[in-house]
Amino acid sequence: MSPAAFIRRGIVYALLSIAAFLSVFPFYWMVVGATNKSADIVTGKPTFGGNLFANIATFFATIDVPRVFFNSTFIAVLGTVLTLAVSSLAGYGFEMFRSRFREHIFAFMLLLLSIPFSALMVPLFVMISAAHITNTFLAVIVPSISSIFIIFYFRQATKAFPSELRDAARVDGLKEWQIFLYIYMPVMRSTYAAATIIVFLANWNNYLWPLIVLSTPDTKTVTLVVSALTSAYTPDYGMILFGTVLATLPTLIIFFLLQRQFVQGLVGSVK
Amino acid sequence: MTQTQARDSVGPRTWRFTSPARLARGEQINGWLFIAPALILLGIFMIYPIIWSLWMSVQVGKGMNFSFGGWTNIIRLTKDPVFLRALTNTCIFFVVQVPIMIVLALLFANALNDDRLRFRGLFRTAIFLPCVTSLIAYSTLFKSMFAQDGVVNKALLFLHVTSDPIPWLQDPFWAKVLIIIAITWRWTGYNMVFYLAAMQNIDRSIYEAARIDGVPAWARFTHITIPMLKPVILFTTIISTIGTLQLFDEVYNLTAGTGGPSDSTLTIALYIYNLTFKFMPSFGYSATVSWVIVVIVGILSALQFLIARDRRPSE
Repeated sequence: MSPAAFIRRGIVYALLSIAAFLSVFPFYWMVVGATNKSADIVTGKPTFGGNLFANIATFFATIDVPRVFFNSTFIAVLGTVLTLAVSSLAGYGFEMFRSRFREHIFAFMLLLLSIPFSALMVPLFVMISAAHITNTFLAVIVPSISSIFIIFYFRQATKAFPSELRDAARVDGLKEWQIFLYIYMPVMRSTYAAATIIVFLANWNNYLWPLIVLSTPDTKTVTLVVSALTSAYTPDYGMILFGTVLATLPTLIIFFLLQRQFVQGLVGSVK
Repeated sequence: MTQTQARDSVGPRTWRFTSPARLARGEQINGWLFIAPALILLGIFMIYPIIWSLWMSVQVGKGMNFSFGGWTNIIRLTKDPVFLRALTNTCIFFVVQVPIMIVLALLFANALNDDRLRFRGLFRTAIFLPCVTSLIAYSTLFKSMFAQDGVVNKALLFLHVTSDPIPWLQDPFWAKVLIIIAITWRWTGYNMVFYLAAMQNIDRSIYEAARIDGVPAWARFTHITIPMLKPVILFTTIISTIGTLQLFDEVYNLTAGTGGPSDSTLTIALYIYNLTFKFMPSFGYSATVSWVIVVIVGILSALQFLIARDRRPSE
């Protein structure tokens, strides 16, 4: 390697290391913060302290932890299952049974993708209020079940579904819904895995819409509760950072378990 | 209707057991059945709200009492200093943040696309990791890190980057910088993964040929990689545009819901939220404001498409 190339190499490693450090440092800070007193956190103490158990105690005393985690998990799991069911059916339908009219509908849906949620939230809120379902999990889940992004994702993935399988199943006399249930779904496992992660993370981390429709304490989710803690006049950061560790843990675990599918899932959506 | 649609069927059928007409009718019914749940839900929770919001945007009045106002809301928009500030802030976030993030993501992806680079997986995972945090969790983290005496100021003072602690959350300028740093931290890795995937699809032999011809690394990046990635860059730019114009969670959380100091970080989405849920609700006016976002997204997406298309023939 020539000296110039060697130096260039060194610079690349140095820059990547800095980027990696900056990316990971807040995670370190979060874990360290959970073990420190609030006063130490706002004055930038970057080492582990001895306040972890006190923080845990305060957090559990301030927040109904089991309730809040149950709410978040319930919303995320049910929302994910329903979204995958409805959106994968649609993605399969659009790709397998084509007609010019449905292609127009599909193109129109892609246009709708660019309409931001903030344009819809006011009418959605008025609808939910009129239906008297504010402060229910249904209100949180239902508007996002039919996800255009996930429908699009499944349609793209379905292009790789071997049509011989479907033809063989037809010869065997399977009905279309049976083909979907017994052939398509098992074959497309990895597509479902990727979509599960994307939808689960989106639901678990969702903030604005739950903030709007959930106002009673017994329906609050983890993100709502953690956010509410920070807006206190003198926030207790030790406890809050312990809360963010708890809120981030499920997503981190899912990410490391299914990292490959996660990356492929993101990538699959652009191809 | 069935007949015309049967003729329209695109899917090729190589063999048929039932008569073509019957099969085609079955195809039609199945085609609609599979997409029906999604379409019904979209109709209720997307199309209806859109129409409702369009209709509301020409209504005036507080709460549930409204009457037709014609252009009133649009005129009010142009005279509303808070809206203009929110619009300016949102545009600043968009104009400054999106290019920084896209360029960083491209550079990282390009560096990580090198087979000879060691620890690629480690770097990739590290840079991608911020994406798994919830917007709330990370804005909380940033709030504590960027406190007046916080760890970031301590580090900057230690490195002699600054001689006085930076008032991140108290100063209008630095508050904006903080928001931009925060979004960049959260989303750069996300965009990078898209680019990495697209780069892996580029035929290696193109690079080999360029290298043999003596094309330097930087020129290979700008003349081969970037043009090949144009569709993905366009896609991520549009996604980022929509995301930045909708900016809400981070600002709401970092500034305790105020968009402060003195409205310096107020975004359009936060203003809509305030109009609807903080002040006496004025649904008509907030609908008008939200359509401003739709219009801007539309214009910018069209513009980005045009730019991407214009350059293609010359390459």
